[in-house]
Amino acid sequence: METLRLYLRYIGASARSQLQYPASVIMYALGHLLVTGVEFFGLWALIDRFGAIRGFGLAEVSLLYGMANVSFAVAETAGRGFKDFGVMVKSGDFDRLLLRPRGTAFQVAAQQIQLVRIGRLIQGLAVLAYAFTALDLWSTPLEFGLAAMAMVGGACTFLGLFVLQATLAFWTVESLEVFAMLTYGGVETSQYPLTIYSAGFRRFFTYVVPLAFLNYVPGLVIMGRPERFGPDWLAWASPLVGVAFLFVCLKIWRLGERHYRSTGS
Amino acid sequence: MRAYRATFSAKFRALLQYRAAAAAGLATQAFFGLLRIMIFTAFYASASGPQPMTLPDVVTYVWLSQGLLMLLPWRPDADVEQLIRNGNVAYELLRPVDLYGLWFSRALAVRTAPVLLRCVPMFVIAALWFDMGAPASVASGLAFTVSLIATAALAAALTTLLSISILVTISGRGVHVLTISVVNLFSGVIVPLPLLPDWIQPLVAFLPFRGLLDTPFRLYLGHLPPSAIWVAVGHQVLWTAMLVLAGRMILSRALRRIVVQGG
Repeated sequence: METLRLYLRYIGASARSQLQYPASVIMYALGHLLVTGVEFFGLWALIDRFGAIRGFGLAEVSLLYGMANVSFAVAETAGRGFKDFGVMVKSGDFDRLLLRPRGTAFQVAAQQIQLVRIGRLIQGLAVLAYAFTALDLWSTPLEFGLAAMAMVGGACTFLGLFVLQATLAFWTVESLEVFAMLTYGGVETSQYPLTIYSAGFRRFFTYVVPLAFLNYVPGLVIMGRPERFGPDWLAWASPLVGVAFLFVCLKIWRLGERHYRSTGS
Repeated sequence: MRAYRATFSAKFRALLQYRAAAAAGLATQAFFGLLRIMIFTAFYASASGPQPMTLPDVVTYVWLSQGLLMLLPWRPDADVEQLIRNGNVAYELLRPVDLYGLWFSRALAVRTAPVLLRCVPMFVIAALWFDMGAPASVASGLAFTVSLIATAALAAALTTLLSISILVTISGRGVHVLTISVVNLFSGVIVPLPLLPDWIQPLVAFLPFRGLLDTPFRLYLGHLPPSAIWVAVGHQVLWTAMLVLAGRMILSRALRRIVVQGG
């Protein structure tokens, strides 16, 4: 409880400092809204032209797209500290965190939130609202709840990826650009039904980075699709997969932290 | 002219040093290329009627765009941006060369050097293993090359205009985020332009952004026959000339009432 209060105070300070420049926050947020909006326009144009992708129409793909983008936006807002972590190792600022009586992962996470990602969040929620209406899901509390929980699990998965990316900085000092393949590549991959990808891709995003459990696996049950991935209870348990992934990533963070040597600057 | 050439070549050679960044970028761009090709393949599997582009053409189009991605004028020249922010732009004003020409030559280097490092290995890999097709004919290949030179000039003109916009608005951020989405949509990097809906095509054809990727690609694929090069490159050159003129005008007006902040 104490930890939660401390976290809220930390991010409250971060939010207040960003809101000192309200015009800048609003403009950036609108910018993000526009960039992701244009992406969705491309997706819409393709579905409009081809009718469907592997039997998934606009409403079905919108559900996958909305869930993926809402999860990613939440993870990006909360995980900003991990994304910038390379700078912290390089400048030696990480040393200060080691002196404080709280876990380092907690402190890095609490350090900064990124308000402007609210643009992607709004866009994802709008697409999701359309999908819910088109698929008539508002009045089914169980499915609605599963979608919400799956997005929490998905946010945990993306956050886990940001933690892993930051952990690498303990060894390489830089944040690795290649990781964009997993984060931005992951969100792009999970916007479409997993079955369209080659077997290797599919297995990777199911068993190594479990993004399949963010929207595809629960989505099949939510939409009542004929396809199935494993038994039904797996779909209902899919939010736990993301939480477990984050847990493993935090363990790896601990390992990396023990390996940390200050750059001395 | 010599001063501009020297500026260009100094910046160009400096940027060629970033080989590790290029290798990392290459891996990332190859990954995204594969991802997008799988998506397009799945869409084509659901297609009922004939499409304005064949799937093999789309595959080639995607690889061309992944290789030449860094040409896109997403943001201003970072150096010029910093000069304006910290006030050192005052030194630039003292130099005995035309400021627009100076910034344009630097923008040209910024747009072309990273592409040169990335596109050759990307095309070799894509052609050997990932089904990237050859140009429709030798003449198409030549037309593609000519058009690509016009593309570089167009991208540099847009980049310079972005840099100048910081001088006018100080923050410039609003213009930049707007630019990213417009460039992405209308250059063909998100979806090949022929696959966009019919009602948007007149706007696509009018705007300068198709000259950044789509025009050279259509020449490469033979959608535009080599004989159409005059019209195709003419569109690019005309827009480049207009953007240069607009940039010069805005710059000279901004310089008349410039206030350099601090130092």
